[in-house]
Amino acid sequence: MKARGKVFKYQDNVDTDVIIPARYLNTSSAAELAAHCMEDIDKDFVSNVKKGDIIVAGANFGCGSSREHAPLAIKESGIGCVIATTFARIFYRNAINIGLPILECPAASEAVRAGDEVEVDFDTGTVTDITTGQVFQGEPFPPFMQEIIRDGGLINHLSKTMKEA
Amino acid sequence: MGMTSTEKILARASGQEEVHAGQLIMADLDLVLGNDITSPVAIGEFARFGTDRVFDKDKVALVPDHFAPNKDIKAATQCKCVREFAHKMDITNYFEVGEMGVEHALLPEKGLVSAGDVVIGADSHTCTYGALGAFSTGVGSTDMAAGMATGKAWFRVPSALKFNLTGSFRPYVSGKDLILHIIGMIGVDGALYRTMEFSGPGVASLSMDDRFTVCNMAIEAGGKNGIFPVDGKTLAYLKESGAREPRIYESDPDATYEKVYEIDLSTIESTVAFPHLPENTHPISQCGEVKIDQVVIGSCTNGRISDLRQAAEILRGRHVAKGIRCLVIPATQKIWRQAMDEGLFDIFMDAGCVISTPTCGPCLGGYMGILAEGERCVSTTNRNFVGRMGHVKSEVYLASPAVAAASAVAGRIADPAKLD
Repeated sequence: MKARGKVFKYQDNVDTDVIIPARYLNTSSAAELAAHCMEDIDKDFVSNVKKGDIIVAGANFGCGSSREHAPLAIKESGIGCVIATTFARIFYRNAINIGLPILECPAASEAVRAGDEVEVDFDTGTVTDITTGQVFQGEPFPPFMQEIIRDGGLINHLSKTMKEA
Repeated sequence: MGMTSTEKILARASGQEEVHAGQLIMADLDLVLGNDITSPVAIGEFARFGTDRVFDKDKVALVPDHFAPNKDIKAATQCKCVREFAHKMDITNYFEVGEMGVEHALLPEKGLVSAGDVVIGADSHTCTYGALGAFSTGVGSTDMAAGMATGKAWFRVPSALKFNLTGSFRPYVSGKDLILHIIGMIGVDGALYRTMEFSGPGVASLSMDDRFTVCNMAIEAGGKNGIFPVDGKTLAYLKESGAREPRIYESDPDATYEKVYEIDLSTIESTVAFPHLPENTHPISQCGEVKIDQVVIGSCTNGRISDLRQAAEILRGRHVAKGIRCLVIPATQKIWRQAMDEGLFDIFMDAGCVISTPTCGPCLGGYMGILAEGERCVSTTNRNFVGRMGHVKSEVYLASPAVAAASAVAGRIADPAKLD
């Protein structure tokens, strides 16, 4: 599985309150949430993002609240993958559980620039910056999590394993 | 090979003799929690399971507290969704307005968490219950849905950081100052994916409310869980709340820790986290002149009775500075009545504070105290991210109830020990 798109670049500690502010949490409609994604740190994100684009950020991406609305808003906005130095743990779980591809790759987080064209190979964890020609090796998911992603998220995975049991 | 208390709890819950950091396990859950923001998403996911009942109607807790009492029509719709689900599933522990409170103050008070439990909650501050010697951690809505359906959740057993506490607090210093001090020291990802274990002779001097506050903010350092050892204070609390029989797990002397921090409680000053990260801490003596517009005293972090008593002690015979709004939000109905019975409300009202019904409201910029552009708030809550309590250009300063009350009186960030 691969993703390819233009990079939106952010710093360390992008928190769930800026990914989707709580003032919009009175709904769980993915489309309504996506309409406000990232607006408190990047008001142009929603109008500029295209299907398949990639977010590249620093350490502790998705810190703060447990709101699944945050990865849902990012996924619904069209983002094909989030690459970060590290992810906050609840965001990491949530992204896997809802099927938003994410990858920890400190070298790419450091070197890739906003606007670069980037390709991510989820099976190998390889990140290629098409614009600069650089290639980075990220950390692919452990097999247990790959299974969840392959099954299309946690609910599908558990439904399947419960039927098999 | 020795185990930490967290590893022992997770071993018990996954039916194994021993587990260690890094291992992936499937654990049995003692409680699954959700609120009015996270439950509607979980209820939608739960429906996809094709099951018509939860794994155990006594082991699911649903607490509409974030935008409840309903702040607007959309919030009302979400609360209605949770209420109808609770009714349909015959959930024992659904708490309607009138009996509810801020979830992480309410659940321990109702005796729903005991030592040795494994708890997941679709709210990041679920880590609060580590104060009772439980393993508890925040998850998202899909994990909550899976937990409600199966009674299980997967975990990677966390590695651990140990905070060895000695000494006791100076006057006006409390659990909030300790946890802000620690987050300032290790950073907002300093405990990423890890257990924060608090131990040492200093633990005995911490009240249960202090311990709840400390564990509550483990997530603000990126921690998976915070945990205290079980002692006489814990057992007395569990007995009073009517909790199930505690299962007590002690860390082995040869348990593995990535790092051990030594903290002498007597050296900690009142501490304030400046915008826009909880790690941006300053001891009160170095806060400088910061004028403020609003003060909030409440939340799952600091809305308990001892928090209100500390604020009242400062506000007794004093008045909130002109032009400053001071909101007091007791975290549960029980705390509300207790504060009223103890005469704390007279003190708050005489001082010019407003007293709200329990709600998470302002903490996450929901309602009941939203900030305008350029406004500053000293708050006993847990996050000071950009736009957290309102306008993107507003500012939140995190502090203890004593500092918050002193700041309300002074109209600027103030040291409770140096108030006129």
